[in-house]
Amino acid sequence: MTEQERKEQDEKIRADFPLLTGKYGEYAYLDSAATSQKPRVVIEAEKEFYEAYNANPLRGLYQLSVEATDRYEEAREAVRVFIHAGSCEEIIFTRNATESLNLVAYAYAMNTLKEGDEILVTILEHHSNFLPWLNAAKRCGGRVNFLECDESGRITEEAFREAFTDRTRIVAMTQVSNVMGRENDIALFARLTHEKGAVFVADGAQSVPHLPVDVKALDVDFLAFSGHKMLGPMGIGVLYGKRELLNKMNPFLYGGEMIETVTRMGATYAELPHKFEAGTVNAAGAYGLSKAIEYMNQIGFDTIREREDHLTRFAMERLQQNQHLKLLGSKDPLEHHGILTFVLEGVHPHDIAAILDAEKICIRAGHHCAQPLMQFMKTPSTARVSLAFYNTEEEILRLVNALETMREKLGFFS
Amino acid sequence: MGNTFYNEILTDHNLHPMHKHELQGATCEQEGINPTCGDDLVLKLRIEDGVIKDGSFTGSGCAISQASADIMMELIIGRRPKEALHLGELFVRMIRGEGTEEELEELEEAGALQDVSHMPARVKCAVLGWHTLEKMLMNLKSESLN
Repeated sequence: MTEQERKEQDEKIRADFPLLTGKYGEYAYLDSAATSQKPRVVIEAEKEFYEAYNANPLRGLYQLSVEATDRYEEAREAVRVFIHAGSCEEIIFTRNATESLNLVAYAYAMNTLKEGDEILVTILEHHSNFLPWLNAAKRCGGRVNFLECDESGRITEEAFREAFTDRTRIVAMTQVSNVMGRENDIALFARLTHEKGAVFVADGAQSVPHLPVDVKALDVDFLAFSGHKMLGPMGIGVLYGKRELLNKMNPFLYGGEMIETVTRMGATYAELPHKFEAGTVNAAGAYGLSKAIEYMNQIGFDTIREREDHLTRFAMERLQQNQHLKLLGSKDPLEHHGILTFVLEGVHPHDIAAILDAEKICIRAGHHCAQPLMQFMKTPSTARVSLAFYNTEEEILRLVNALETMREKLGFFS
Repeated sequence: MGNTFYNEILTDHNLHPMHKHELQGATCEQEGINPTCGDDLVLKLRIEDGVIKDGSFTGSGCAISQASADIMMELIIGRRPKEALHLGELFVRMIRGEGTEEELEELEEAGALQDVSHMPARVKCAVLGWHTLEKMLMNLKSESLN
């Protein structure tokens, strides 16, 4: 692609995102792993839902409610197709990946774990794919074991085999680390888990926005992800679960619209997926998410990956020139999925983020909700740049230059 | 660099702190932590005859927490605990954006941290040293406060 073609593509894509061209248009938004920006079609979809379809879905006996229900269920179908699930019964709408993982921990783990049972999590996990398991294990008299990565963030088959014991009942693993950006071989680890009769839970929060994910090919038992990290609205998330497992599980939340019949003595519960969607649902959010999926399909994962890989390589080549800067994880840009975590000698990550803010550059700094990993890497915190396909070379050059002069501004060499 | 609170006073105290060292003969010490940042300070004071004769801090953290602790030590050495607590109150007021001109003057170099009040996420870095000091002094018996 020529420079001219790339610039034209930049402009075409950025024009779809009101924030990138609005009041904050001159900011370089490099924090998409925290939450992505939203294209106009998604923002308008939420509005459109409330203007054109708003009624309580799944309940009403009138046309408007049927329309609201249709939009909601069409969104479920869009998600199903997007992740190649076999049935809409396997797609549960939640608030976000955190809620999805908690659902599995409460409704599956706590009902099946016995005293002495173990859950295997990786050192790479976000707190949301660690604390629910720790809580479940504690309540059941079990324990959580850690599977460690090597210095480049890689989890090897050998390490997995070593960490897996005869008491391991559940394995929880992120597909792409929110700190290292590295992709775990989910298909391999799910297969090894199943060979031993355990259940495999994947956290897709950082993978689903960046790569095609096929739950059948991966053969995961559960997959959790958030809408807001993949161009969708905040407050809508997804749990994919295999039907036979979901059917065996008790509900997570109890209340309206998840029942079949209720008497004074008890209740029978609705069929999947509604059994796990108590209370009024976020139908506008689901509709917005379906538009985000439509938009991603329109751009295409080929373009998304090409742009993100190109920007990652562009950034890494330049950041590596900074002799005081240390990038964590793999040396290969293709192993980063847009996530570049680093430390700058002598400068606390929070100071890096604050000084970059003054230069109109938004990045994340801190422990990234992965404190066990920070302890493992022996650093209390790091700075993280996370790219999306709507970022540009120019934004990265601004970042590189600001980091180049940062130590000087803080008084080093003076 | 654009409009930041990383002025010369702050960067100087961060890179060349006067009071960041161990303290021989300390009469009290207190640890202070910002769990979300990983800022971790240990303050030590030598209080004799009701006066803070010397003080130091050790630990690690961002430039704001480090500089603020160093400036604080500079300010409180030679004062009575009661006066130090008073300065702490003024400092917190300044960081909340509620301080007056006179109070700002009383805070001397600590006034260089005034602009942190515009960055809510960093307020806890600026006040870590002062909060830790307050905790330590409040733990002392009341007679030593006078």
